[in-house]
Amino acid sequence: MNELHELARTLLTDGTVRVIIGWEDARRGARPAFITDPADTDKLIFDTRCVHNLVTYLNPRRDNVAELGKIGLVVKGCDAKAVAGLLREAQLNRDDIVLIGVRCGGVLEESELAEAVALSAENVAPRCFGCDNREPKLVDHLLGEAQPEPPRPIMTIDERVEALEARPLEERWAFWTEQFSKCVRCYACRQVCPLCVCERCVAEKTRPQWIDSSAHPRGNMSWNITRALHLAGRCVDCGECERFCPVGIPLSLVNRKLQQIVSERYGYTVSDDPENAAPIGDYRLDDKQEFIK
Amino acid sequence: MSDAIDTSGAAADGFEPRITAFVCNWCTYTGADLAGTSRLHMASNVRIIRLPCTGRIDPLFIIKAFERGADGVIVSGCHPADCHYTSGNYHARRRFAVFHDIMEFIGVDPRRMTFSWVSASEGSKWRDVVNEAVTNVRALGPFEAYRALAPKDVGVAAPAGPGAVAAPASAGIKAEAS
Repeated sequence: MNELHELARTLLTDGTVRVIIGWEDARRGARPAFITDPADTDKLIFDTRCVHNLVTYLNPRRDNVAELGKIGLVVKGCDAKAVAGLLREAQLNRDDIVLIGVRCGGVLEESELAEAVALSAENVAPRCFGCDNREPKLVDHLLGEAQPEPPRPIMTIDERVEALEARPLEERWAFWTEQFSKCVRCYACRQVCPLCVCERCVAEKTRPQWIDSSAHPRGNMSWNITRALHLAGRCVDCGECERFCPVGIPLSLVNRKLQQIVSERYGYTVSDDPENAAPIGDYRLDDKQEFIK
Repeated sequence: MSDAIDTSGAAADGFEPRITAFVCNWCTYTGADLAGTSRLHMASNVRIIRLPCTGRIDPLFIIKAFERGADGVIVSGCHPADCHYTSGNYHARRRFAVFHDIMEFIGVDPRRMTFSWVSASEGSKWRDVVNEAVTNVRALGPFEAYRALAPKDVGVAAPAGPGAVAAPASAGIKAEAS
């Protein structure tokens, strides 16, 4: 931890950055922190409660953050993938940020704990199992010691997707309509998503109104399908949409399914390499087209 | 396939599917036009919406079609390498591959969604695509599952105003029962 404090202090003192965005300890667990005073850098923490993907603060529409000046951002591996996503889509200049990577051994599903606890099959965020980017590469500084593999959750996301797919179409429809019907249309999934950066979301367009704005099952279905599709090949599996969802819609299952689709069809795996073109917006002449007559 | 319209599998209640076709201006629309001017017989259940290119077809169009009562959809455009705009159909192919797979994951029968390449000279292919789509959707029946998502007329109380207080109690009961 001293490593992080010292680096943050140096970066702020020598003027390399004007703000460090990281995590701090609070009454209800870890929370995002914006450190501008070198004297405050000791507040920074990194432990299993640091679940938040802070890349959401790099959204170019958040000009209040940009106004703070050059940003130093603490990132886990999954977060670094989101930075790569923004770079890939020209939403960010690499030179405008300093990335402080932390070696990560997985995080908790639930961040609101007074103290960090060790990960177990019961408390680990399921997405952490099988993570391929526990040492982010797209960083200027990489801190911390090598971490062990995250534990296997009781049921992995892949297993849950598989179990759902084994059920007949009608049951899947019943499952998703029930889940989506709970949606209260708070758009927390969109607001927290580091890659939902449209200046004006299609859900807010009213001429014509593509997506019913009230929270009834029809509009909810339309919204949730659209949210998923717009993240196809872009979602970095940081899990923030599901964690933020106040009604517990299992968005990680849809997101994982999308990852499987682009992987099987286009051999694409999301990475923190911004040069690796995303599959939607790209094409090959010989793309699979078995579903087309 | 013969010119006869295949009505096998027609439901006893005479259900005729409503199918919305989103087609590109340059190939499939012209192909469908050719089918018409060639007087090919085909099912008349398809309403065509012409767009510049399959690349212009947002999956939301399909969702909207289902919302508005379509039992099935067709998306059709230029064959690969034939796109008037060079690459619109290649982009569409990826987009609809993902859409097709995720809709199936959510529980929509993929037979309700037909994707095809029909060139300007393929009037007879268009006829076959239409007939096959209609046969498939007719067999599946109306897409009630999607229509059931629509907001119900819940008999919301009349807005307060003159006379609202004086309304007989039975009015409320009636609204509830309806």
